[in-house]
Amino acid sequence: MINGISINYYLLLSAVLFIIGAVGVMARRNSIIIFMCIELMLNAVNLLLVAFSTLHNDASGQVFVFFIMAVAAAEVAVGLAILSMIYRNVKSIDTDLLSNLKN
Amino acid sequence: MLLGYTITQWLFGILSFLSIMFALMVVFSRNPVNSVLYLVLTFFCIAGHYLLLNAQFLAVVHIVVYAGAIMVLFLFVIMLMDLNHDNEPQKTWISKIIAGIAGGMLLCVLVGSLKGSEQLGISQYGSSQIGMVKNLGKVLFSEFLFPFEIASILLLAALVGSIMIGKKEIK
Repeated sequence: MINGISINYYLLLSAVLFIIGAVGVMARRNSIIIFMCIELMLNAVNLLLVAFSTLHNDASGQVFVFFIMAVAAAEVAVGLAILSMIYRNVKSIDTDLLSNLKN
Repeated sequence: MLLGYTITQWLFGILSFLSIMFALMVVFSRNPVNSVLYLVLTFFCIAGHYLLLNAQFLAVVHIVVYAGAIMVLFLFVIMLMDLNHDNEPQKTWISKIIAGIAGGMLLCVLVGSLKGSEQLGISQYGSSQIGMVKNLGKVLFSEFLFPFEIASILLLAALVGSIMIGKKEIK
């Protein structure tokens, strides 16, 4: 229990948020939306890390969240640079058109 | 106490509902700019959850880094590519349905694995000072000093990499 809220509810909330992100990755064609859904999945995991860190009274979980934020920032910077370069060459960021590696 | 629930439980319920609704809107809205704005709202709800969990510093950092920096980066790129139209190409219905079924099955697996678990241990809930800057700084700069330095190298590599990728031509 954290402030009268069972950890199971946090587990459920994180699972639902993660799965919304996963469905977004599978169901959308716009690469930027796919990136945003990945951010959503990362945030679901962050929320669970903070919940368990408060549950166990241990600060390590919150420090992990800092590192995840740093990695997410790096990932977004490189990913958006790649996307803008793809857009310059192909004039589209539709994932169904980006299948050059297939043949 | 309100209808048998405490204020914290009400706040948790409202914030959870809002974050799930906004997350759904991120996936289902047609316009990418609307998606970004809904994602910012989701992040604010998650920051509210951090406040409920006594992680005050993390809540502030979350708002500054995600809503303030990363989402602005997304908006810049969307504006740069001129993508704020409603008529982007959609996946076929069959693949959308398959994605929904796959997600639902994953949800079933996760919830089913929770179902059997006991109520996890009760926290001591003595010191709520864990989320404070002083405590986090002590842990970060003593126990996690080496990963902290690695993270700085990672950010430098990302900086150099994105500049190299974004350049017009590499000579």
